[in-house]
Amino acid sequence: MADHSQHHIVPKSTYYLIFTALMLGTGLTWWIATIDLGAMNNVIMLSIAVTKATLVILFFMHVKYSPKLTGTVIIGAVFWLLIMLVMTMNDYFTRDWLHFG
Amino acid sequence: MSSSTVAMPPTHYLNNGLTLKSWLFTKDHKRIALLYLVAVTFFFMVGAAFAVAIRLELATPAGDLLSDENYNRVFTMHGVMMVFFFLIPAVPAILGNFLIPLQIGAKDLAFPKLNLLSFYIYFVGSLFTMYSIVSGGLDTGWTFYTPFSTVASTSAVVPAALGIFINGFSGILTGLNFIVTIHKMRAPGMTWFRLPLFVWAHYATSLIQVLGTPVLAITIVLVAAERIFGFGLFNPAVGGDPVLFQHLFWFYSHPAVYIMILPAMGIISELVAASARKQVFGYTFVAFASIGIAVIGFLVWGHHMFVSGESVYAALVFSVLSFIVAVPSAVKVFNWIATMYRGSVSWETPMFYVAGFIGLFAIGGLTGLFLASMGLDVHLTDTYFIVAHFHYVMVGGTIMGYLGGIHFWWPKITGRMYNDLLGRVSAVVIFVGFNLTFFPQFVVGYLGMPRRYHAYPEEFQVLNVLSSAGASVLAVGYLMPLFYLAYSLKYGEIAGDNPFGAVGLEWNTTSPPPTENFKTTPVVTWEAYEYPTPVEGHVV
Ligand SMILES: [Cu+2]
Repeated sequence: MADHSQHHIVPKSTYYLIFTALMLGTGLTWWIATIDLGAMNNVIMLSIAVTKATLVILFFMHVKYSPKLTGTVIIGAVFWLLIMLVMTMNDYFTRDWLHFG
Repeated sequence: MSSSTVAMPPTHYLNNGLTLKSWLFTKDHKRIALLYLVAVTFFFMVGAAFAVAIRLELATPAGDLLSDENYNRVFTMHGVMMVFFFLIPAVPAILGNFLIPLQIGAKDLAFPKLNLLSFYIYFVGSLFTMYSIVSGGLDTGWTFYTPFSTVASTSAVVPAALGIFINGFSGILTGLNFIVTIHKMRAPGMTWFRLPLFVWAHYATSLIQVLGTPVLAITIVLVAAERIFGFGLFNPAVGGDPVLFQHLFWFYSHPAVYIMILPAMGIISELVAASARKQVFGYTFVAFASIGIAVIGFLVWGHHMFVSGESVYAALVFSVLSFIVAVPSAVKVFNWIATMYRGSVSWETPMFYVAGFIGLFAIGGLTGLFLASMGLDVHLTDTYFIVAHFHYVMVGGTIMGYLGGIHFWWPKITGRMYNDLLGRVSAVVIFVGFNLTFFPQFVVGYLGMPRRYHAYPEEFQVLNVLSSAGASVLAVGYLMPLFYLAYSLKYGEIAGDNPFGAVGLEWNTTSPPPTENFKTTPVVTWEAYEYPTPVEGHVV
């Protein structure tokens, strides 16, 4: 592939910065767990987790510096995961809409 | 077919190294395909042996041959062996492996070592699952439904599940290999819309394997985790949800049906074009129908759960989507028939299998619409109607396509012809035996006979005896090719490079091809299936 020649070298400081952000995210998760936010509990927890996962994929897995095709493949995979989650929730959230009989 | 005296090429992939090592450590996609051929045929035999036991037991209403518990083990292992170790790998791993590089004008797949690794992963996976047969069997059904599989079953669930988990990686890596190969290894001039439809079908199949199989792998790990550590994932007694398992399982396992049928459809497209000597009618529609089936196929899994407590609204959505997925399948069938229309169809063995495929797949597909209708499904689900339906699709469709493909490319693979009359007879025997076996199951299922029981009321006996009798005819049909194909290896007429007069790059090289497939890299300047315009009334 043409992009091989221009291998991007990431400065160490970026890795330390991302690592710090991930640790902060972990701390935040722990701290928020001590507060009851009702229905927002899951939303906030999952938002932090998704943000952390995105950081890992972009920086630690070098997707930010990779060809567009790599990003496309990852977006495709995440989209397929969303299909699974949305269509499954399509069942769970509508259980009491209608009943047989 | 010309019967002029043609000679085998002096060197080809079959005589390039004759030691066992040269086969077991080969990186040649054609040899790996043959390794799969041997292994997959073996697992077909194992699965078939279990089918024989099932049909023998069901010849009489009383549960006299097998105890209920052993019957559970027998039909489970029939399903596991046939689905995971025969139907899913059969066409892609054997014919896909052999043909994709040849059809796109490449020397091999993109990752030859990965290809060999896939074979050994498949092999190791099969060992674990086979081990479960001798260490208590498996009685969960091939679907591993929870909480039975995780808390109640006393059979060897973990080794069987581990084997299927391992085997999954074989499919993922094969799919990955095909995708990269089709993107990067096409010969100069081989544009996407000059690709044979067999390649399009495998591209779609590979997408499903790469996107779907990891979900099955994870789900099976969760089953094992719940079984070993008592997690409350699927067991309602400790807060789990059994329906969640069904969502995860069918997210993969419905698309898995398309892993079985799409490659077979790809074969049919090739065979129809070659037998009718015409371009496939609506080439782009057929190509995109494969992709459409692969994508929409991921949105329909809830039709397996109409009676398992899924919400009525969700069932409605899944029902509608299931109807929609029938459209691209129908597009293909109509386009094949339109291809044959006014073509000069030659009735050699492959065409007999094509006719069988279309007949059986049409019935299998249409009864799928019965089952996609929620109201009718409530009556028919878990009866023999379901069993008949999926055998028409998976056996009538996939195996007809697979055998048609084996007969069509056998001269390319081995360099020799089989007896064409025996080939045609085998296709007819299989077609008759198949219908005799499975059509009565539609009736007995409609009348209310549930699946997965070793005993049944006496009024169902006639239909069951018909089915068991049909199974023995079917067995003869499946055994026949084994003998005449084996015979042809030594005594068959030398085939020549292109015995069927077909177009396609695989026919532009010797039979059998050299290890590097082509002496020089081909340059493609023609469209797919560019057959000369047929002369009116001309018989080939
Ligand atoms: Cu399905």
